[in-house]
Amino acid sequence: METGVVILIGLFFTVAIYLMLSKQLVRILLGIAILGNAVNLLIFTSGRLTREVPPLIPEHLYVPETVTANPLPQALVLTAIVISFSFFAFLLVLAFRAYQELRSDEINEMRVAEPDNDQSPPQGY
Amino acid sequence: MAGSPVSVDFSQAMITTPVATADWLVVAPTLITLLGGSLCLMLRKNTDLQPKVGIGFLVLLMAANLGLLIHVLDHGVITMVMGNWLPPFGIAFTVDALGATLSLIASIVAFSAGIFGAATVDSTGRRYGFYPFLLLLMTGVCGAFLTGDIFNLYVWFEVLLISSYGLLVLGNDRIQLDGAVKYGVLNLIGTNLFLIGTGLLYGIFGTLNMADLSLKIAALENPASGTLATVAALYFLAFAMKAAAFPVNFWLPASYHTPNVVVSAVFAGLLTKVGVYALLRIFVLIMPQSRDYMSDVIALVAIATLLTGAIGALAQSEVRRLLGYLVIAGIGSMLAGVAVGSTEAVSGAIFYAVHSIIVMTALYMASGIMFMMGGSYDLRKLGGLYQKSAVFAAVFLVLGFAVSGLPPFSGFWPKIILVNAAFEGQRAWLAAAILVSGFLTTLAVGRVWIYAFWRGGPEGTPDGGEVPIVTAPGSASQLSGSSVWLPLGILTALVVYFGLQPEWMLELSTRGASGLENPAGYLLSVFGDQG
Repeated sequence: METGVVILIGLFFTVAIYLMLSKQLVRILLGIAILGNAVNLLIFTSGRLTREVPPLIPEHLYVPETVTANPLPQALVLTAIVISFSFFAFLLVLAFRAYQELRSDEINEMRVAEPDNDQSPPQGY
Repeated sequence: MAGSPVSVDFSQAMITTPVATADWLVVAPTLITLLGGSLCLMLRKNTDLQPKVGIGFLVLLMAANLGLLIHVLDHGVITMVMGNWLPPFGIAFTVDALGATLSLIASIVAFSAGIFGAATVDSTGRRYGFYPFLLLLMTGVCGAFLTGDIFNLYVWFEVLLISSYGLLVLGNDRIQLDGAVKYGVLNLIGTNLFLIGTGLLYGIFGTLNMADLSLKIAALENPASGTLATVAALYFLAFAMKAAAFPVNFWLPASYHTPNVVVSAVFAGLLTKVGVYALLRIFVLIMPQSRDYMSDVIALVAIATLLTGAIGALAQSEVRRLLGYLVIAGIGSMLAGVAVGSTEAVSGAIFYAVHSIIVMTALYMASGIMFMMGGSYDLRKLGGLYQKSAVFAAVFLVLGFAVSGLPPFSGFWPKIILVNAAFEGQRAWLAAAILVSGFLTTLAVGRVWIYAFWRGGPEGTPDGGEVPIVTAPGSASQLSGSSVWLPLGILTALVVYFGLQPEWMLELSTRGASGLENPAGYLLSVFGDQG
C-alpha cells in the first residue's frame, strides 16, 4: 500500500514542479496547491498506512499489540492542511488583485517593482 | 472507563509538579503579542488609540524578553512543556542564551518600528491593521526563537509569514501587489520544503523534539546515510530561501522596497534572520554531522551571497533596493559562520545577526527620513540633505560605517571574529569574500552619502546655487515630531554601544554558540536527570 501512495506522491511533485515552472501566475498557483497536497500525503505516509486498526493500547500493555498507523503524523497533516489551505486562499485573492491592477498574469510582464528600463546609479565624482 | 481501577504511575509520563512561576516567562513573549494583537484588532476603527495600545504591548514584550534573558543567564537553559507531557511527547518550549538574546533584540526593533509607524502609517493603514499584524508578526518571530520542537518551529514560521503578507500589501498599491506576489509565492514554496524535511525526519526518527532529535542523530552509526542527507539538503534549501541566500535570493530585492518604509524596516531586520537562526539551530545543534559534510557547499553559497549582495548594492540607484542587497550581503556573513562551524565562527554569526537586525532596521528608517526630506528614494534626485540636517547626515554615516564593518561600530567585531575563524578553519577564500564584500559595501554606502547628503543639491543644481526645497507631501509634520527621530536614535545608540562596548554582546553570543556546540545543558533542561 505504501508503494502505491509513494508513486502517487512522486506524480504529485512532478506535476507541481512542472506547473510552478510556467509563466502564468494561475498555473503557478495550481502548482502550489498540488505541492501542498503532495507534502500532506508525504507526511501522512511517513506515519505508516494500515487499514482498520485503531491505535489503541490494551490496559495491561504499554505498546499496541499489532502494527498500527502512527496517529501523530495525521494530526500534523491536519495542521498542515489548514495552513496550506488558508495560504492558498490568500494567494488566490492576491493574484486576482494583481491581475486587476497590472492587467496581466504573465510573470514576465509584472515589472512594476523592478522596471525593465532601470538606470544605473550616477557615476560622477 | 469501567472495570477494575488500574494503578497508573503518572509521574512516568506527565509532569506532576506545578510549573515554577518564573518559567511562565518562557511563553510570555508569544502570549503578550497574541493578546496585544487581538486587542488591537478589536480597536481596528479607533485609529488614535491603536498606536498607544500597540506600543504599550511592545514595551511589555521587551520587558518579558529582558526578564527571560536574565533568567536564562542565571539558571541556564529552561524548558516548559505544553499539557505537562514529559518530553519528548509534549511540545516543548526550550530557551537558551541564543534564543533569548535574539528574541530581546527583535522586540527592541519591533518597539522602535511601532513608534516609527505612529508617524508614517496613516489612519487607513492603521484601520487595515498595521499594529495587529506587527504584533502577530512578533508572535511568530519570538515563537520561532523560543520553541524546542521542530514542527512547532514550522507553525511559527507560518504565523510570521501570514502576518508579513498582511503588512506587505497594506495600502494596496500596484507596486506592492507586484512585490507581494513574488514574495508570497517563493516564501510559501520555501516553507513547504521545510515541511517536507520535517515529515521525512519524523518518518525516520519518530520524534520532533529538537533535543531528542539531536540525541538520536548523534547515536546514528552512519550519519551520512541517504535519507538524512536528503533531509539536510531540503532544510538547507528551505532556510536559505527564507534567509535570501544566493541563488534563492531573488524575492527579496523584488519586494522589500515596495511597502511602507517602516514595514520594510521590520522585514529587513527580522525575517531573514529567523531563517539564519533556524539554520544555526538545525545544522549546529541537531545535525552537526550533516553540517560537517555540507560545509563546502555552505561556504560556496556564503561566498556567492556575500558578493551578490555587495555587487547588487553597487548597481542600484534606488536607496531601498540598495539596502535590500545589503541585507543579502549580511546573510552571506552569517552563512560564513555556519560554514566554518567552530564555536568562534558560530558566535561571530550570532553577533553578526544581532548587529544586522539593528543596523538594517535603522538604515531603512533612515531611508524613510531621506524620502521625507528630499522627496525621493532615487540617488539621482536626492541631494543637499547635509544642509537640511547635519546630525542626520552624521547618523547615516555611522550606520553606513557599521553595515560595512568599519570600526568603531557594531559591524566591526563580528566581522573580525568571522574572518579570524575562517582563517583558522583553513578557509581563506571565505575570509577574502567577507573582506571584499565589506569593501564593496563601503563603496555603495559611501556613494549614497556623497550623492544624497554631501553634494549641493539634486542633479542639475549649479555649484554654489541654492538648494531647492523639495519635500514629500505631508512630511513636515512627520519630521517635526519625535516619533521618527526617537526610534532611529535608539537603534543608532545601540549600534555605537555594541561597537564601543562589545564585551557584553560577545559574552552572550559565545554562550549561545557554545550552547549549540555542546548541547549538554540543552539536553539536561529538556530531559531532566533521566537523560
